[in-house]
Amino acid sequence: MRDQKLWTWHLAAGAIILFLLGLHMAIMHLDALLGIFNPAGGHPIDWANVVARGQSMAFTMNYILLLGAALFHGLYGLRNILFELDPAPPLKKALSWVLILVGVGLFIFGTWAAWVGHQVASIT
Amino acid sequence: MSNGNLPEQIVFRIRRFAPGRDKEPVWKEYPIAYEVGMTVLDGLWKVKETIDPTLAWRASCRMGVCGSCGMLINGKAGLGCNTQIAELGTAVVTVAPLANFPIVRDLVPDLRPLFDAHTALSPYIIRADTAEQEEPTREYYQSAEQMEAYLQFSYCIKCACCMAACPTCATDPVYSGPVALAQAHRYNTDTRDDGFEVRKEVLADEVGPWRCHFAGECSRVCPKGVDPAKAIQLMKRQLVADALGLRKKPPLAQPVEKPEGIERRPGIPEAPPPTV
Repeated sequence: MRDQKLWTWHLAAGAIILFLLGLHMAIMHLDALLGIFNPAGGHPIDWANVVARGQSMAFTMNYILLLGAALFHGLYGLRNILFELDPAPPLKKALSWVLILVGVGLFIFGTWAAWVGHQVASIT
Repeated sequence: MSNGNLPEQIVFRIRRFAPGRDKEPVWKEYPIAYEVGMTVLDGLWKVKETIDPTLAWRASCRMGVCGSCGMLINGKAGLGCNTQIAELGTAVVTVAPLANFPIVRDLVPDLRPLFDAHTALSPYIIRADTAEQEEPTREYYQSAEQMEAYLQFSYCIKCACCMAACPTCATDPVYSGPVALAQAHRYNTDTRDDGFEVRKEVLADEVGPWRCHFAGECSRVCPKGVDPAKAIQLMKRQLVADALGLRKKPPLAQPVEKPEGIERRPGIPEAPPPTV
């Protein structure tokens, strides 16, 4: 059951990455069409636009969701590659725990950074 | 008799190994006379009969049905009986045992890992009405479209060529491999079968289709034209839909009544009674 569920989450994370990364690319490169995400006008990477997006809770949540999806998708893929090297069962277990701890650690750090960025942007 | 493309003499370069006697495999060369229509299996017989009677391989039907004579021929997995030497187009024919299996002797692989994985996935019809299966009184109805969904996968002869070509089997001993997975899909797709949940107990775990990278080598080498790679991808789709609660369970095929009031055409014999 475990691998069936992990694989399903792997695919779901891939779909989330595709959508959110697609959105990011569109905002950054199709600014003529998606001007609403750049309220200060001008270029999408103008500091005023970066701050405006940072003030938005929806964008902050998007960043956190994208971070979670990318971490899960990437680390599960890495786990598959490592498992194909046929490590001994105890090493498999240890590898899984290392990847879980790395993933959770990076997610907490990234979430904290996105949240602090949102707070700073809100008082700017 | 000679062939236009091949010399009258060809050389069989064969990997020899007897575990327990030899420390490591060695390559030996056997020159034999080529005859038109000669298959790799014919060549092996000729080597055994005229040069080295100790050469060992496994073969039975010599017509691509039994799946016994799977071997690596010029580096590619295939059936010895199905491979014409003229098609290879080389004067030196290299023959080795199937990769990814322990070797019993010379060209004889130990296929137990394949059959263990195959057995673990219950490759047979599973349904609740066991009494009807044991003593069939009627036939289960299945449309042509329903049969088409699994038909090609039922052509598998378990020759293990796909397992020898699979890059995942080469590195991951836990992976069930294309034979077992394609057969599990073949039964999961059969509308007469109700064993999806039973097979899922095994498939949903580490041995399931998750490590397949869709290299497609299994489908490329299959001597029966089966597409195990496709079966594995369809199986992944089925299992993901199941995990999301989106799998549509097709209606189970039911025994159909014998039609009444129909006159049998004259001259058509009755089906013989069941023998098993």
